[in-house]
Amino acid sequence: MSVLVNKDTRVVFTGITGNSGGFHAKLCMEYGTQVVAGVTPGKGGQLFDEKVPVFNTVTGSIENEGANTACVFVPPPFAADSILECLDAGIELIIAITEGIPVNDMALVKKKLLETNARLVGPNCPGVITPGECKIGIMPGYIHKPGTVGIVSRSGTLTYEAVWQVTSLGYGQSTCIGIGGDPINGMNHTDAIKLFNEDPDTEAIVMIGEIGGDAEEAAAAYIKEYVKKPVAGFIAGTTAPPGRRMGHAGAIVSGGSGTAEAKIAAMEAAGIVVAKTPSDMGTALLEAWGK
Amino acid sequence: MNIHEYQAKQLFEQYGIPCPKGAATSSRDEFESCIDSLSEGLVVVKSQIHAGGRGKGTFTDGFRGGVKLAKTKAEALEFANKMLNNTLVTIQTGPAGREVQTVYFTEGADIEKEYYLAILMDRATSAPVVVASTEGGVEIEKVAEETPEKIFKAYVDPTIGLQAHQARGIAFKLGFEGKQAGACAKLILNIYKMFWENDADMVEVNPMISMPDGGVSALDAKVSFDSNALYRHKDIVAFRDLNEEDPKEIEASKFDLNYIALDGNIACLVNGAGLAMATMDIINHCGGEAANFLDVGGGATAEQVTAAFKIILSDPKVEGILVNIFGGIMQCDVIAQGVIEAAKAVSLDKPLVVRLEGTNVVQGKKLLADSGIEITSADSLADAAQKIVDIVAAN
Repeated sequence: MSVLVNKDTRVVFTGITGNSGGFHAKLCMEYGTQVVAGVTPGKGGQLFDEKVPVFNTVTGSIENEGANTACVFVPPPFAADSILECLDAGIELIIAITEGIPVNDMALVKKKLLETNARLVGPNCPGVITPGECKIGIMPGYIHKPGTVGIVSRSGTLTYEAVWQVTSLGYGQSTCIGIGGDPINGMNHTDAIKLFNEDPDTEAIVMIGEIGGDAEEAAAAYIKEYVKKPVAGFIAGTTAPPGRRMGHAGAIVSGGSGTAEAKIAAMEAAGIVVAKTPSDMGTALLEAWGK
Repeated sequence: MNIHEYQAKQLFEQYGIPCPKGAATSSRDEFESCIDSLSEGLVVVKSQIHAGGRGKGTFTDGFRGGVKLAKTKAEALEFANKMLNNTLVTIQTGPAGREVQTVYFTEGADIEKEYYLAILMDRATSAPVVVASTEGGVEIEKVAEETPEKIFKAYVDPTIGLQAHQARGIAFKLGFEGKQAGACAKLILNIYKMFWENDADMVEVNPMISMPDGGVSALDAKVSFDSNALYRHKDIVAFRDLNEEDPKEIEASKFDLNYIALDGNIACLVNGAGLAMATMDIINHCGGEAANFLDVGGGATAEQVTAAFKIILSDPKVEGILVNIFGGIMQCDVIAQGVIEAAKAVSLDKPLVVRLEGTNVVQGKKLLADSGIEITSADSLADAAQKIVDIVAAN
């Protein structure tokens, strides 16, 4: 078992004929993901990689190939439209990789998203992987291993770092979810933690956060109240100067809110073992887990 | 992206937002004509820099106040002459301060009461929020902490925009009555229109004022924009003032690199914002200090990596470099190729520690090993950070 995606997930890539969309669609297929269709308006009827049918619309990919999950690789100016198209077409899970979508566009997407039952992961995220079954996104497959640790993070490469540490210690992952670094996104830390908490095959959880916003504090409060599974965590940005935006549009400390200290304190108060450095995420997990 | 107050006021005028009449210049020769273009009476002389706390700031030559009220034209000229090309230090500039390259003159306003008004995107609700307070002209963070009951908010449904009743509601909560409440609501609605149509991150008016004649006015303006949306706002991009930015950050932005100069001596080149922050954190934990934040992003090319190296090496404080790449969308062999080309192009003479992991890591490591460049390789993040800190400390 796992959360969000598994071997039966049928994926449509929007923007599959673009350079990075195509590159990563192929890597996902090599990993074993069922990439059943692509969408590029105007290129319907073509075959991607000589086997994946390309459609003009998302609806086309659902009607003809039974796609139920979308991976959005469309460039920023058109990405919000692509997500909205997926929502209108009835896709249940949308994973948006695109980085650099204007925040106003995402405010409109979010409003629409909340009117549906669909889930959005991202944007500006590495994607979702259930090791050994399904990889949707840009994460390197080989660092993962099937197992029982659920990992959630805003950051892409920092998630890989955590996954690699867990794998190197001999443990695998149930599912890894990269929720993305933008100020407005779909799933948040708490949503992911809820899924892991309810998943019988997830035994322990790693939650990675960073400065800015208060999503980590909210997740910590949820964990304190409802989660009995062991949880380890890390917050990036302890040394980031206030008022400067550290790459992720979300990673900014302003007016004293969103500091690493406040987040670490909230997590520790919830019984989460917080790693002192990004190199200790794996060992923090073992400590929380009693292994 | 930030803009100057005088530029924000130009936008205010376009959107019918009442503010004192003003004129800005970067030339001493134009001071008089600027002042003459205003009505006779009090003149406010305002230093234009991208930092708050100007009024309470001090220039490095001892002249106090980046915003001054002049009673006469002669006094206004005197203030402006002292400000232009002088360096203003405020709580937000850091000790180095910023050189004032533009002076803005505005007509003095008849202030009855000061208020605070801002519109920004609220992460928690994923929607724009109007924030207003009866406590204007002071630090809003302090008001929020000490007297949160004096702060009023209205959350906006972005699909329909700010509604008139919401703007009126704020005006009444601020204590406005009758026609003046209408004027305040109109000002708030127009600021929202400007905020949304231009993809602003934040519009802050501190203070907004009420006047004895029944009017309201935006006395100050601090406006910033969503850099992801600048592609659809050429007119806003034209407001960009490169004098306000670190030259290394400007160079970095040309290559789509995310670079922020910091105070330490260990340069880092990392892919991904989270990992870049974490790399700074662990350098610090190992007893060193990062010279910069540098995220080379998702699909960096060899050219971008070379540019990144040139930028970090142009910082004279740098005594060592840590490259930390966990390849996902980024392929390790591309990074390795970039490192090799850069080392050749810039005749690298600083110690370099490289840690590679992820997509195409084997090819990447091989390229580096075969390159003949002196590189200390590291197997983990902790190992890499400790190595560069030790090497720099030993030199």
